[in-house]
Amino acid sequence: MSAFRATFQRELLLLWAGGGALAPLGYFLGATMLVPLAMGPDRALLAVAGPPLVWIAAALAVLAMLERLFQADLEDGSLDQMLLSRAPLELIMFAKGAALWCAIGLPLAIAGAPAAIALQAPVERAAMIVVSLALGTAAFIGVGLVGAAVTASVKRGGVLIALIVLPLFAPPIIFGASVAAGQDVGAAISILAGCALGAAAIGPVAAAAALRLQAE
Amino acid sequence: MFSAFANPARFMAFSAGAAPALFVGALILFATGIPWALFYSPADYQMGDTARIMYVHVPAAWWSMGVYAFMTGASFVSLVWRHVLADVAARAAAPVGAVFAAICLITGSLWGAPTWGTWWEWDGRMTSMLVLFITYLGYLALWAAVEDEEKAARLAAILCLVGAINLPIVKFSVDWWSTLHQPASIMRSGGSAIHPEMLGPLLTMAGAYLLLFGALTLMNMRSAIHRRRVENARLRGAQA
Repeated sequence: MSAFRATFQRELLLLWAGGGALAPLGYFLGATMLVPLAMGPDRALLAVAGPPLVWIAAALAVLAMLERLFQADLEDGSLDQMLLSRAPLELIMFAKGAALWCAIGLPLAIAGAPAAIALQAPVERAAMIVVSLALGTAAFIGVGLVGAAVTASVKRGGVLIALIVLPLFAPPIIFGASVAAGQDVGAAISILAGCALGAAAIGPVAAAAALRLQAE
Repeated sequence: MFSAFANPARFMAFSAGAAPALFVGALILFATGIPWALFYSPADYQMGDTARIMYVHVPAAWWSMGVYAFMTGASFVSLVWRHVLADVAARAAAPVGAVFAAICLITGSLWGAPTWGTWWEWDGRMTSMLVLFITYLGYLALWAAVEDEEKAARLAAILCLVGAINLPIVKFSVDWWSTLHQPASIMRSGGSAIHPEMLGPLLTMAGAYLLLFGALTLMNMRSAIHRRRVENARLRGAQA
């Protein structure tokens, strides 16, 4: 358990200290800002099509974080230390994902409320949008771990990660957008929770398997 | 049965005969299936002759999914038993599956234009086929990006298994999503029982696609093994 805590604290510190956690937030708000610029400021049109686009912005913000996720660990030898530790690599990966979610997922979810309201979502829907984004970013990060891990040894793997991860983002986007649009909210939240749990279970295991291959 | 082919020499001996045989079989089935489908089968009473796209479209859809299932099996075998040829087989099948998915998408779009009045409809099936196609592209791109071939094989196998979990979820999600977003306005090809006179050419074409897949995959595998041998020989030459 101490390995979990140590990794969690280290990742959180690295993300916060470098200001790295602020960048996705800014990216998210910037992408949201572009939506009305592209669609036009017509409020009726935005009210229909705008809120689900918060999900595209959130997915892109998580995606932008993934490229460097394991490359630094691979280069500076932290990954070798993780492999030497007696704690299973799967647990360490889970800690890394959890830290990423706390530093990036949660702030994105909270920022989702003003962003969706700015895109003309009704204010009373904001709480559900925050909850759904919190679950959705967990699912994004879980599958994102896999994409980042299989491409860890690829130089400039950013576009490759996007290609690999975007199909895996499809289910959470579908149900998240349904919450943002206010359709079948209860069912969609349950399925999103399922996506998040599934990604949290599979992501660390697959990521650990992929990293073991690339460590030697 | 699989372990018999873990020996590449034995596989090469077997496939030297099997690949051309499958290829000839595919040619025969295409030669019967295409005229049967295009000229001698009944036209659809609603769609007329445009429904004949089905004979190209539906087998491509079936086998693009079938090939992914094959790759998943091969990736599993490669990861669990370290079978030498399983990763070669998965890699060899991937481009064939990707082309089948592309054929399915293109013919579906061509079919949609006259019957639905649109080139693209975000219908559940089309969307999940598009996701499958992108999954194939990601798999091939990962294989191309990792230099060490053995590492690439393992990583691609992991990705293939994760994709195999994802694809049914996507299929279920988009079905739910498209029924939510659109009323049942779309004619579904599988909705009504198919006319028995259409089933004959359809199954012939499906058989032709399957044999073609087998032939192309075996040929891809053979060329991959030849390439490995050449590289090994070159390495030995450099050391000597």
